[in-house]
Amino acid sequence: MSTREITLKVLRYRPEVDSKPFFQTYEKVPCEEEWVVLDALNYIKDEIDRTLSFRWSCHMFVCGSCGMVINGEPKLSCKAFLRDYGKKITVEPLANFPIERDLVVVIDDFVEKLLSVKPWVIPKVKKSLDDGAYNQTPAQLKSFKQYSMCINCLLCYSACPQYGLDNSFVGPASLALAHRYNMDSRDVGRKAREDVVASAEGIWECSFVGACSQVCPKDVDPAGAIQQIKITSAIDYVMSMVPGGK
Amino acid sequence: MEVIKTDVAIVGAGGAGLRAAIAVAEADPSIEIALISKVYPMRSHTCAAEGGAAGVIESDDSLEYHFNDTVQGGDWLTDQDAVELFVNTIPKELTQMEHWGCPWSRKENGDVAVRPFGGMKIMRTWFAADKTGFHMLHTLFQTSLQFPSIKRYDEFFSTDLMVDNGRCTGVTAIEMRSGQMRLFQAKAVILCTGGAGRIYPFTTNGAIKTGDGWGMAYRAGVPLKDMEFVQYHPTGLPGSGILLTEGCRGEGGILVNKDGYRYLQDYGMGPPDPWPRLKAMELGPRDRLSQAFWHEQKKGNTIPTQWGDVVHLDMRHLGEAKIDERLPLVRDLASSYVGTDPVTSLVPVRPVVHYMMGGIHTDIDAATPLPGLYAAGECACVSINGANRLGSNSLGELLVFGARAGRHAVEYVRSAPEPNAAALEKQGAEAQKRITDLFTRTDGTERVAVLRREMNDAMEEGCGIYRDANTTKMSCDKTTELRQRFKRINLEDKSNVYNTDLFQCLELGNMLDCAETIAQSAFQRQESRGSHQRLDFEARDDSKYLKHSMAAYNGDDPPKIDYLDVVITKSQPAERVYGGEQK
Repeated sequence: MSTREITLKVLRYRPEVDSKPFFQTYEKVPCEEEWVVLDALNYIKDEIDRTLSFRWSCHMFVCGSCGMVINGEPKLSCKAFLRDYGKKITVEPLANFPIERDLVVVIDDFVEKLLSVKPWVIPKVKKSLDDGAYNQTPAQLKSFKQYSMCINCLLCYSACPQYGLDNSFVGPASLALAHRYNMDSRDVGRKAREDVVASAEGIWECSFVGACSQVCPKDVDPAGAIQQIKITSAIDYVMSMVPGGK
Repeated sequence: MEVIKTDVAIVGAGGAGLRAAIAVAEADPSIEIALISKVYPMRSHTCAAEGGAAGVIESDDSLEYHFNDTVQGGDWLTDQDAVELFVNTIPKELTQMEHWGCPWSRKENGDVAVRPFGGMKIMRTWFAADKTGFHMLHTLFQTSLQFPSIKRYDEFFSTDLMVDNGRCTGVTAIEMRSGQMRLFQAKAVILCTGGAGRIYPFTTNGAIKTGDGWGMAYRAGVPLKDMEFVQYHPTGLPGSGILLTEGCRGEGGILVNKDGYRYLQDYGMGPPDPWPRLKAMELGPRDRLSQAFWHEQKKGNTIPTQWGDVVHLDMRHLGEAKIDERLPLVRDLASSYVGTDPVTSLVPVRPVVHYMMGGIHTDIDAATPLPGLYAAGECACVSINGANRLGSNSLGELLVFGARAGRHAVEYVRSAPEPNAAALEKQGAEAQKRITDLFTRTDGTERVAVLRREMNDAMEEGCGIYRDANTTKMSCDKTTELRQRFKRINLEDKSNVYNTDLFQCLELGNMLDCAETIAQSAFQRQESRGSHQRLDFEARDDSKYLKHSMAAYNGDDPPKIDYLDVVITKSQPAERVYGGEQK
């Protein structure tokens, strides 16, 4: 089994003892060739420094726990293969969120934003279970499927310059999720979501840099979702001015 | 200690916990719910389930077929009243998921599509591409957000159940952000803490699957049932243990050995053609397929790699379009982790610990023998899985029995007495002291990572796909030794905020207690049934062991193993037959 030694420079912050975050360097961490950055962090945790804290679970890009900034770029550390990096790797917590400890950030703000867009099916009439499933064609499914793939890893919030400037912005993942339900043929909740989605802190704050879509590990394309909502909201606005419009 | 009063405390916010919470909220919005989890709900391991959830929907299918497949798949160790209730209820639960927005894959006409899965006579697995668990989890989480009575306590690590006067009256949990312990005073507690694959070294399970609910229930005197039945999934990626769904084979993928030969035909699964064919060859049950790998390895027919021996999963004939539509995650994982694109290459796979059939003993209402305590999902053993779970029955199980746990807890709390505050306070103080002792002791010599590794190795070696008296005895002795050494564990991080050294230490304690029940139950069951294969007792022995193993906590000593009759209603034990010429 081939191995490589790497140096990991990790941003540390333990609020009980550190007045501010600092970099700690772990030299000559013995790694296997096919490892990801998360494996190296686990090696450090098990063998070198029990005090290093980070979140992780599935190790297969689906639980969304292990987002970090690796060499300046927001990444899932379980999908950041050592083979794609040099011998020195810098690991920091996700940007734009307060650091709770080490690589663990406080995500309360995101959890509130997620709730604010009402991410659940709002049906026209509640259907009885005895009436079976809704009919939904593959084409109807396809219209929202991409936006349902978000794992809430928050790489997009870390990359978003607008959220970094002003965290009242609802943000990419939450807006993409609103769009996911708006586009679902079983849902009629677009109006109910509009006060948040089309508010000053919603879609109009996005400056369409597209960083969110670039870093998304699931190809959700939040920037595309936001653009699509902008178009429908603009049409709504124009229609509301037309006599007899909605 | 801060006391948080609630009516129903639910520990674990994965599929079962969320489904239970919604069931309580829908049954009675005035009932307060504390949904407590050591991770945010969307991190729960339900997200990693790939293939799908079985429920009768097609016109050529029947509830009886699903019942028979499940009972036979479980080698008659299933409780048939529970299976019957399960197969009758699951179609409605899957429809409910559809109404809540789960993006089930569809047929051209807009109906829900189904795919074949192992050990099933008729195609009945509802799926959302190969991310079914992920979509179910997020659908449940997002749906749960609209119920104000569900109060979440995300990143609270539960440590102990409170038991007073023969009833479960709450749970203590550490707020991970502050390190402070809270006492949840509750009239009922529902455990939905999932499995414990991390007891083994090579597993599909995420880091959080450490048997915390098992440990808490067991130490509170609730028996753990059928713990020796550990499911090896036949197709894990070597090295990482990442799961490649049974859907790979459901869609037509085949398994071949070093000679390119479909070896399953030599193990009672053949003939190989016509293919795909239900309940045959690669669509046999998981226990048989993993056992076949073991034999191929003994014969020298596997392929050595840097990560150990493998066989090959061949999906090339499915073509890129189908793989991208039905198995996109599989393509991503195989390409990233082992550098083989299933569209063009053979993918190396080997059996990997995936699921625990055993767990907290419950009845068909998800109630444990301890009044006020319920359990659902993988952490529970309501006995629909018996000695071997069929693929795509576990996502259904967490819905059916999660909802059932919630509804029965509602009934229970309506007449349950108010918990005794003084008794709770005393028990809370004891739970706190166990944590404080970890921080203040100065004689700690043992390391978490070392004990964990020794446990992992002992369980894989002694309680793997095939076992015998010697290997299981070794696991028994080793786990007993490790539990003693754990008393001298050294907490190296003494801080309060998000102290993962502490949580890993508590997880290890839970895993060691549970590992010992697996080893002891495996040692004492002198027969071969389903996933429990004894080289020294090769036959199933219904005269002695058509019974559930019940492991009872016994302090520092190994558990006492007792036996409970299996519930048989209409299917008498028979030989499990797969393969054959049937279509």
